[in-house]
Amino acid sequence: MDNNLIVSTSPHIRDPINTRRIMCQVIAALAPVTIYALVIHGLPALWVLLASIAGALLGEFVMEKGRRMPVTLDDCSALLTGLLLALTLPPLLPWWIAGVGGLMATILGKQIFGGIGHNLFNPALVGRAVVFVSWPAYFAAGYAKSAAIGIANTATHKSIEAAVDIVNGASPLAAMKTIYDGAAKAPQGLFGSSYYRPLLFSNPWGCLGEVSAILLVLGGVYLVVTRVIDWRIPVVYLGTVVCLTAVSGRDPLFYTLAGGLLIGAIFMATDYTTSPLARRGKIVYGVGLGVVTWLLRGWSNNPEGVMFAILFMNALVPLIDRYILPRRYGQVKKAEEVAQA
Amino acid sequence: MRVTSRLLGRIRGGVHPPGNKDFSADAAIRELAAPSTIIIPMHQHIGAPCTPRVKKGDEVYVGTVIGDSDSYVSAPVHSSVSGVVIQVAPQAHPTGGEVLAVLIDNDGEYLGDPSLAVPGPWEDMEADEIRQGVRDAGMVGLGGAAFPTHVKLSPPREHPIDTVILNGAECEPFLTSDYRLMLEQPEAVLEGLRIIMRAAGAARGIVAIEDNKPQALKVMAMANRGGGIEVTPVATRYPQGAEKVLIASLLGREVPSGGLPMHVGVVVNNAGTAHAIARYFSTGMPLVERVVTVTGSVVREPSNLMVRIGTSFSAAIEACGWFTEPPGKVLMGGPMMGLAQYTLDVPVIKGTSGILALSRGETEYSIPSEPVCIRCGRCVDACPMGLIPTYLASYAYSEKWDAAARLNIEDCFECGCCTYSCPTKNPLVQLIKTGKKELARRKKRLESQASKVAASGREGEGGNG
Ligand code: SF4
Ligand code: SF4
Repeated sequence: MDNNLIVSTSPHIRDPINTRRIMCQVIAALAPVTIYALVIHGLPALWVLLASIAGALLGEFVMEKGRRMPVTLDDCSALLTGLLLALTLPPLLPWWIAGVGGLMATILGKQIFGGIGHNLFNPALVGRAVVFVSWPAYFAAGYAKSAAIGIANTATHKSIEAAVDIVNGASPLAAMKTIYDGAAKAPQGLFGSSYYRPLLFSNPWGCLGEVSAILLVLGGVYLVVTRVIDWRIPVVYLGTVVCLTAVSGRDPLFYTLAGGLLIGAIFMATDYTTSPLARRGKIVYGVGLGVVTWLLRGWSNNPEGVMFAILFMNALVPLIDRYILPRRYGQVKKAEEVAQA
Repeated sequence: MRVTSRLLGRIRGGVHPPGNKDFSADAAIRELAAPSTIIIPMHQHIGAPCTPRVKKGDEVYVGTVIGDSDSYVSAPVHSSVSGVVIQVAPQAHPTGGEVLAVLIDNDGEYLGDPSLAVPGPWEDMEADEIRQGVRDAGMVGLGGAAFPTHVKLSPPREHPIDTVILNGAECEPFLTSDYRLMLEQPEAVLEGLRIIMRAAGAARGIVAIEDNKPQALKVMAMANRGGGIEVTPVATRYPQGAEKVLIASLLGREVPSGGLPMHVGVVVNNAGTAHAIARYFSTGMPLVERVVTVTGSVVREPSNLMVRIGTSFSAAIEACGWFTEPPGKVLMGGPMMGLAQYTLDVPVIKGTSGILALSRGETEYSIPSEPVCIRCGRCVDACPMGLIPTYLASYAYSEKWDAAARLNIEDCFECGCCTYSCPTKNPLVQLIKTGKKELARRKKRLESQASKVAASGREGEGGNG
């Protein structure tokens, strides 16, 4: 039997964790908000979701076949990309545009860089950026009209919709922007706080993933507790936005709950490949994200800012990884010795 | 009773592999009868190998010196049985390859060498005498590294030692030999620590035990009542028992890169080593046996055995009821840093803390043909040295040696946490090891070139003169 002994170098055991399991955990964390989005937005959202996922899977498959690489659909990363993309799309988007977004996400966002682990930008956000730039009208207005069912159509919802009608049923961020900017045509009697309850529990005026802040936070807590993601990026990112918004005299809670900030901070900015490797780098990255988001939301024409903030910071990650290294064991001592010598 | 309650030892990095100590934790140490043939390799430690001091046909006794070296960093080896030398020849060695060894026919009498004598009471001995005794007894670190103990106990004048840490962490999964020793012979372990403290001139002694061994903490604290030694729990986390990690956990000191514990005034010794030293000073018997944990899911009767050095692995496993099914791997040591064996005919040596048999199922993890990194950061978080294993491995893979050196590849002490934690199963530490070897080779070559240049320069001067 001696000849049958396996000889290899240490370590001889491995953590059972693998890529597929990680991806599935993130998908599980997104499941509640996805299902709830389908409940609130109904069939149109289902088509967006399915087309986006199908596009992402197809893009991955075609590119890997074309490059004669092993097909890696079974690691569930393309599935997650499609799902994440769908959650950042408006429910009334025609399904084929969502499909194009999905294709672009895995082809342009991931495979042309060389596949998993090699891409510079978050694939889902690359897909979204393509859709956003090509068909901007779908993002601008008109969410409110999809609010068909009771939980997202209460007296609170109705009074808000009545107020924002003056700006064509703009999204919460867009409506509040007109107020903060002091625009002539701004809704009357509307405050950031008017939005708290809908944003937390039932928000029909936004992309699929914006239906409930509380479900996103719960998903994030699950991922942090199971150590799939590190708490630093979302916490530092959100903290930075809260501080800066408060300092600039706007409602920080509203700015945290509204738009794509939570889904971006918890699920997009924490994407492994496109965020810094080391914990220190993650803190720097989170601060950068917060600052850029705050600048874009406050001073650009677009009320949103999360997507471009993340894409912008993605581009800086190689730099962060190069210069913000973990503190090495014995490093300080060495410096002292050098100083003494 | 002085169990320090502050839970120091929150180390950074590290991993939590399943402990798997239950297989053997409750098995009291039992004596293993030595087989009829004993194989004692001449190289069982870090440093210069010994040269045989016996030849075929010589009669030897328990404790007879059969190999020694004039080098400072080395330790003599002794016969663990009485009998006749059958052969002096290269034999398979548990650290790989073949090493010159002395084969002894065991006469089963276990007669002690007549020249052995109990050293004077150590309390009356000078540090130098203690160190000499430790060397004569062939002491090396019994935790697995097998560094000659007398060298550790001889700090240069500019690096006085203030603290001796007794490493009872036993952070490798499965192994329980130190645990059993601390439970069964706490006095001897503490005695050994005091001897080491005297030899090193240190006033402070700390016994560090992982907090998953409350029984050992209790027993050691009881044995130490009024003894002035600190018995301290440290967090259960691999590699808590690595010297550098333990020093940082307990004292908040960090050994400088490329340096030794003595550079921060510390000596770390394993609990088993302390026990063996105490035994030598009370009986005069050098290091001829050690506790070995024979364990694993496929070992019929996992045990802690007192084994004579030179006993074959197969004899030790046989004493534990052999295997319940053919094992996939047999290791010397634990699953994180142990060495895989291709044969069970290798002997137990001084550094054999355990013999671990893993089942076929336990050894089945896929290793990718080409490393893929999804940049999850797990290896970075797991590295106790604060390195970036994924970069180091990819530099080693693509042979970018300078880049690897710039990121301090030589600081890696090969604990394996990075490989353990990687979700894409990258062989990180394996690649890093090749990188370290290559860099060391290059350094050596550069040095030899430099010395050649210097030598030829001197010759040139001489010619001119
Ligand atoms: S790089 Fe070296 S020290 Fe760091 S985790 Fe890997 S093996 Fe351990
Ligand atoms: S653990 Fe593996 S996948 Fe994660 S960063 Fe390190 S090498 Fe890459």
